[in-house]
Amino acid sequence: MTTADLLGKLLQVVMGLAIFAAVVGLLIFFIDKAPKKGRDYWQLAGFLAPAMLFLAIGLVYPAIRTSVLAFQDASGAWSLDNFIWTFTQPAAIRTLINTIIWVLFVPTIATAIGLAYAVFIDRSRGEKYYKVVLFMPIAISFVGAGVIWRFVYEYRSGDREQIGLLNAIVVAFGGEPVQWLQTDPINTFLLIVVMIWIQTGFAMVLLSAAIKGVPTEQIEAAQLDGTNAWQRFMNVTVPGIRGALVVVVTTISIATLKVFDIVRTMTAGNFNTSVIANEMYTQAFRASEIGRGSALALILFVLVLPIVIYNVNVLRKQREIR
Amino acid sequence: MSSVAPADLPVGKDLGSLEQVEEATYGETKTARVKKRLTSRTATIASLVIAILWTIPTFGLFLSSFRPAELIRTTGWWTYFANPGLTLDNYAGVLFSTSSSSPQLGAYIVNSIAIALLGTIIPLVFASMAAYAFAWIRFKWVNWLFIFVFALQIVPLQMALVPLLQIFSTWLRPLQAWLHDVIPIIPEQNYAPVWLAHAMFALPLAIFLLHNFIAEIPADVIEAARVDGATHGQIFFRIVLPLATPALASFAIFQFIWVWNDLLVALIFSGGTQDVAPLTQRLAELVGTRGQDWQLLTASAFISIVIPLIVFFSLQRYFVRGLLAGSTKG
Repeated sequence: MTTADLLGKLLQVVMGLAIFAAVVGLLIFFIDKAPKKGRDYWQLAGFLAPAMLFLAIGLVYPAIRTSVLAFQDASGAWSLDNFIWTFTQPAAIRTLINTIIWVLFVPTIATAIGLAYAVFIDRSRGEKYYKVVLFMPIAISFVGAGVIWRFVYEYRSGDREQIGLLNAIVVAFGGEPVQWLQTDPINTFLLIVVMIWIQTGFAMVLLSAAIKGVPTEQIEAAQLDGTNAWQRFMNVTVPGIRGALVVVVTTISIATLKVFDIVRTMTAGNFNTSVIANEMYTQAFRASEIGRGSALALILFVLVLPIVIYNVNVLRKQREIR
Repeated sequence: MSSVAPADLPVGKDLGSLEQVEEATYGETKTARVKKRLTSRTATIASLVIAILWTIPTFGLFLSSFRPAELIRTTGWWTYFANPGLTLDNYAGVLFSTSSSSPQLGAYIVNSIAIALLGTIIPLVFASMAAYAFAWIRFKWVNWLFIFVFALQIVPLQMALVPLLQIFSTWLRPLQAWLHDVIPIIPEQNYAPVWLAHAMFALPLAIFLLHNFIAEIPADVIEAARVDGATHGQIFFRIVLPLATPALASFAIFQFIWVWNDLLVALIFSGGTQDVAPLTQRLAELVGTRGQDWQLLTASAFISIVIPLIVFFSLQRYFVRGLLAGSTKG
């Protein structure tokens, strides 16, 4: 990188900031100078306009357009070919199955481990440090995590010394080294491990906060009734954090459905490891099969739709109470 | 079944001092009793095991990134103590080497910073304006619009990519080309598409979170200002923004880490050159082309991780708070 490049980039950032500040400044200026008649209306419009414009261009229109593209073939004629392809091609079916495997395993295991950990460390000495350790992967990019775990799964042929931790353990116990990421179907599960590694900390932080909200009185009362720790956990703690559990599981499910970077970095979807989000990218942007990519995106949308409806309902109830 | 929305999780405002508050309220004995009951030996061992399992992969990569290339290639990082040797060569190689085959990460670091900076500021400002409107300017249909925006949150990014790219290439590309002609130092391939895409995709969550906070500002304060003749613009800048600073800060950290770590948006909107592409994209590329050169990968991966980790460790408390409020970010 030359100095001129750096200057160019700095200039871009400064210009970007300046243009943005000017736009916001002008907008606020005109909002305040709005005509007396219907001023509230103008002000409302002014405050909402930038966000609504961005949302319309960035999400609403594209979502509609993608839905249309999914039902068209390359020439623009209406057809169901894209969906037929998705549900008949062995490779595409495998992608759907893999996605289902991901969404079954990641949220459940990540939540279970996160919950167990949160309970174990609750009020223990050094709880803060315990939390940071598990939570740290959240700050690491999926790409970075991909590199970290590729190193763990690294394979060396024959009698060379293994440098990947997993194969080193296998060899130490007298086994043969395995090409983990190329062995179907174990490779999908090894990728899932990476996602679990990232998401467990997220589950743990939320559940830990919820556990602290369960009234101590209830737990003590249950204790006086002669319950053991497990009964108290199942009958007092779990019902007390049900709301948080739902949030955690749905959130991780959505993140898992959309997982892209991990697969991209670790196997690029080869060796039968592809998932919908990765396949969508491959079809639309690598193979120029826009229709197929759009169909996959639409399927993804349909999969998350129940979660949207559920969350919207919760939100509506809340706003009615208010 | 009752459900708790993200923002209403029963969290103490300040996670760090919860213990102390507890102690002050209930006295020593209760805490001690609870502690004794919960920290059984098995639990301690189990949590230790989990903690170690979670740290080992990162630690292995970290240690490796300082080992000489030859040692990384031939021996596992756990043999370090039998087989010591530390070097900064890997880092020097990926950062400063000018050979065309080296990763030359310098330019990509600058790109990542530039992208994350405006990719955070733009949605933050627009979202706080919208959140203010939703919270404090009353109209009948505003509630429905708000619910609609919230629902948009879960439209998968994947659905937006193809059409947005088409829009950008029809409208934004000519503008960029023109800008390049006027100010030649600005590359034709510049940050604008990535900034805009990140801003657009972040808005639903940002509006929702900031709204929850801004709506909690006491109505008296806003009413008093209105009676004194303040316009919405003045109320927004003089009252709402200062009061909402904690929420703004926690969302900013959250969004910064999110944008810094993003790969998908970058892959599609950046064009992949040194002019624009962020660190994550370069790293993914290296994995594809130089997947066996572990001395390059380990050092590069650590460079890409280090800034979000610094942000994370120094501002962890705010980050956690943002996460607790924003647990539906997908």
